[in-house]
Amino acid sequence: MSLSVARRTIATPVFLGLLLVAFALVALAVGSKPFNQTIIDIFLKVIFVVGLWVFIGNSGVISFGHTAFACLGGYVAAWTTIKPMMKGMSMPGLPDWLMQTEIPFWASAVVAAGWAALWALIFGSVLMRLSGIAASIATFAMLAMVNSIYSNWDSVTAATSSVVGIPIVRSIWPYLIAALIAVFAAWAYGISRHGLALRAARDEPTAAAASGIDIPAARLIAFVISGAIMGMGGALYAHSIGIVTPDTFYLGLAFITLSMLVVGGMGSLSGAVLGVLILSSLIQILRWLEAGVDIGTTTFALPGGVQEIALGAVMILILMFRPAGIMGNRDLSLPRKAASEPEGLKGPKT
Amino acid sequence: MGSLLQIVFDALALGSLYALAALGIALIFGVMRLVNFAHGDVIAFSVFALLWPSVDAVAIVFAGNLPWFLLIPFALAIGAGLSVLSEIVVFRRFRRANPATMMIASFALGFVIRYFLLMLFSSRPKSISLLPALSQPVEIFGARIPLLQLITIVVTIAVLFGLIAFLRRTRFGLEMRAAAENFTMARMLGVRANRVIMGAFALSGALAAAIALILGSQTGTANIMMGANVMLMAFIATVIGGMGSLAGAVLAGFLLGAVATVMQVILPPDARAFRDAFVYGAVILVLIFRPQGLLSARGTKERV
Repeated sequence: MSLSVARRTIATPVFLGLLLVAFALVALAVGSKPFNQTIIDIFLKVIFVVGLWVFIGNSGVISFGHTAFACLGGYVAAWTTIKPMMKGMSMPGLPDWLMQTEIPFWASAVVAAGWAALWALIFGSVLMRLSGIAASIATFAMLAMVNSIYSNWDSVTAATSSVVGIPIVRSIWPYLIAALIAVFAAWAYGISRHGLALRAARDEPTAAAASGIDIPAARLIAFVISGAIMGMGGALYAHSIGIVTPDTFYLGLAFITLSMLVVGGMGSLSGAVLGVLILSSLIQILRWLEAGVDIGTTTFALPGGVQEIALGAVMILILMFRPAGIMGNRDLSLPRKAASEPEGLKGPKT
Repeated sequence: MGSLLQIVFDALALGSLYALAALGIALIFGVMRLVNFAHGDVIAFSVFALLWPSVDAVAIVFAGNLPWFLLIPFALAIGAGLSVLSEIVVFRRFRRANPATMMIASFALGFVIRYFLLMLFSSRPKSISLLPALSQPVEIFGARIPLLQLITIVVTIAVLFGLIAFLRRTRFGLEMRAAAENFTMARMLGVRANRVIMGAFALSGALAAAIALILGSQTGTANIMMGANVMLMAFIATVIGGMGSLAGAVLAGFLLGAVATVMQVILPPDARAFRDAFVYGAVILVLIFRPQGLLSARGTKERV
C-alpha cells in the first residue's frame, strides 16, 4: 500500500525538484553575482517554507514560532564554523571544546538540524498539548522567548550585535541540494503513516482520535521534523550571508515565510514551493521597480517599505479570494495520464 | 515600606498596560473569533498620528501640541477610526473564514500598517515629549511614584468599571455580550452583527490609543515597533485568561505585570536581562497545567 502511494505521488517532489534545478540552471546561465545571491535566497526560503509546511500543512495548526528553530540553527553555524581566534573575541563564554571546534559548513548544517530538532522535541512536548489558536500564540511566545534569550546572552551570542566571520559559501549547489533534501523529506513524511495520520487529525480530529490516533504525538513528530529542516535552513542562511543576529530570525522572516506558505496554499507541498517561487519573483520585481523609480526622480527617493506593503496587500487579497492559496489543496502531478488509467482515480486523492 | 510600595505600584502600572491591551484583543476575539495581530500596529499608529511625517530623529510634533483635553480624544478617535477602517476594508470579507485565515490576514494587515509608518517616518526611534507634566513624581507614604504611573492605574480601573457598566447596563453592551456568547443565535434574535462588530473594533482601537498615549509619555520615544511587545504580552494574557473571557484577560494582564515586576526584583542582576524569557517560560508552565486558561469562557470549547 505504502509503496503504491509512493509511486502515485512521487511525481510531485520530482516535478518540484526539477523546477528548483531549472532555477539553478538559470542562475548559472545569467552568471551575475547579485542574481546568484537571489537564487540562493530563494533556495533558502524553499527550505524554510517546506519546513513550515511539514508542521502547519499537515497539522493545520498555524505556527508563528518556527523561525526560532532557524535562529537556533544559525547560531550553531556561528558556534561551530568561525575560526577559534575570532570566536574568542565575539563570544568568549563558549565552552572550551566548542571554542576549539571548526567544522565544514555541511557538517554545521547537520549539527544545526539535530540541535533544532532537540529543542523542537523539548518545546513541542509542551506546546503540542494545546490546539488551535492557543497553540499558535504559544508558538509565538516560544519565538519571543528564544529571541529574548539570544538577544541578551552576551557571552555566547554576542547579544544583539552581529556575529561576523562565518565562512561564506557562494556556490548555489549546496543550497540546491539542501532544498531538494527538504522537499523529498517533506514528501516522504507526508505520505508516511505518521503524516497521513496527522492529516486525518487535521481534517477530522474527532474521528481521527476515535480511530486511535494520538494527536499530540502525531503533531510532535511533525514538529520535530520541521524543526530540523528549519535548523538546517538557519545554518545555511548564516553561511549565505556570513553574519547572524537574533533579529535576522525574528518577525520579519516569520512573516515572509508564512506569507509564502499561505499564498502558495498550505494544504500541499507544491503550494509551499510555488508560494516561495511566486512571492520571491514578486519581491524581485518590486525591488527593480523601486530602484527604477529612484533614478528618474530628483531628490525624492522611493522610500523603503513599498515592497512589504505590496506583499501584505497581495496576501490579504489572496486570502480574501482564494483562502486555500494558489494551489488550493492540490499537488502538482501528472494530471492527464493518471486520469486516463482506469485505476488512477479510484482511491481517495492525497 | 517605601520600596515595597514602589514595587506594588510598578506591578500595577505594568499590569494595567497589559490588561488594557488584553482587553482590546479579547473584545474582538469575543465577537468574531479573530486574533488581531494588527493591534500592536494600531498602537504605534496612534502615536505617530500625532506627529508630522518626517525621517528626522527629532519628531515634528503636529497634533501632539494640542492641550490634553483635545489631545486625548483626538488620539482615541484615531485609534478607533483606524480599527473600524480595518474592519470595513479587510475583516468584513472574512466573516465566513476560519480563525486561522483571519489571524494571518490580520498579521498581514499589521505588516502593511507598520511599513506604511516606516515609509513615512523611517524605522529610527524618535524622541517626543508627550504630556510632559505627567513625568513628575508624587510622594505617597514615602514612595516616589511618577504621576503617570498613578494616572495609568486610575485610568485603567476607570476604563474597566466603565466597560463593565457599558456591557451590563446598555443595550449595545447587552448585544455585544450576546454576540460573544453565541453569534449565530444573537443574529437570529435581531442583533445587528455588523454594528456590534464595528463597536467592538472601535472600543478596541480606542483602548490601543490609550496604551499608545501611556507608552508614548512613559518612554518619551515613538518607535514603529513600540506596540509589538505589549501586544505579545496581551496575547499571552488572553490565552492564559481563557480565550474570549474579558475578566480572564484583565486578570491575566495584571498577573503578567506582577510576575514581570517581581522577577525584575528577585532575579539576580545577571539574569535580569532575561526577564521576558522567564515570563514566557512561566506562561508555558501555566499552559501545561491549565491549557484552557485560568477562566475559560463558555462557548469557546471545541464542540463535537
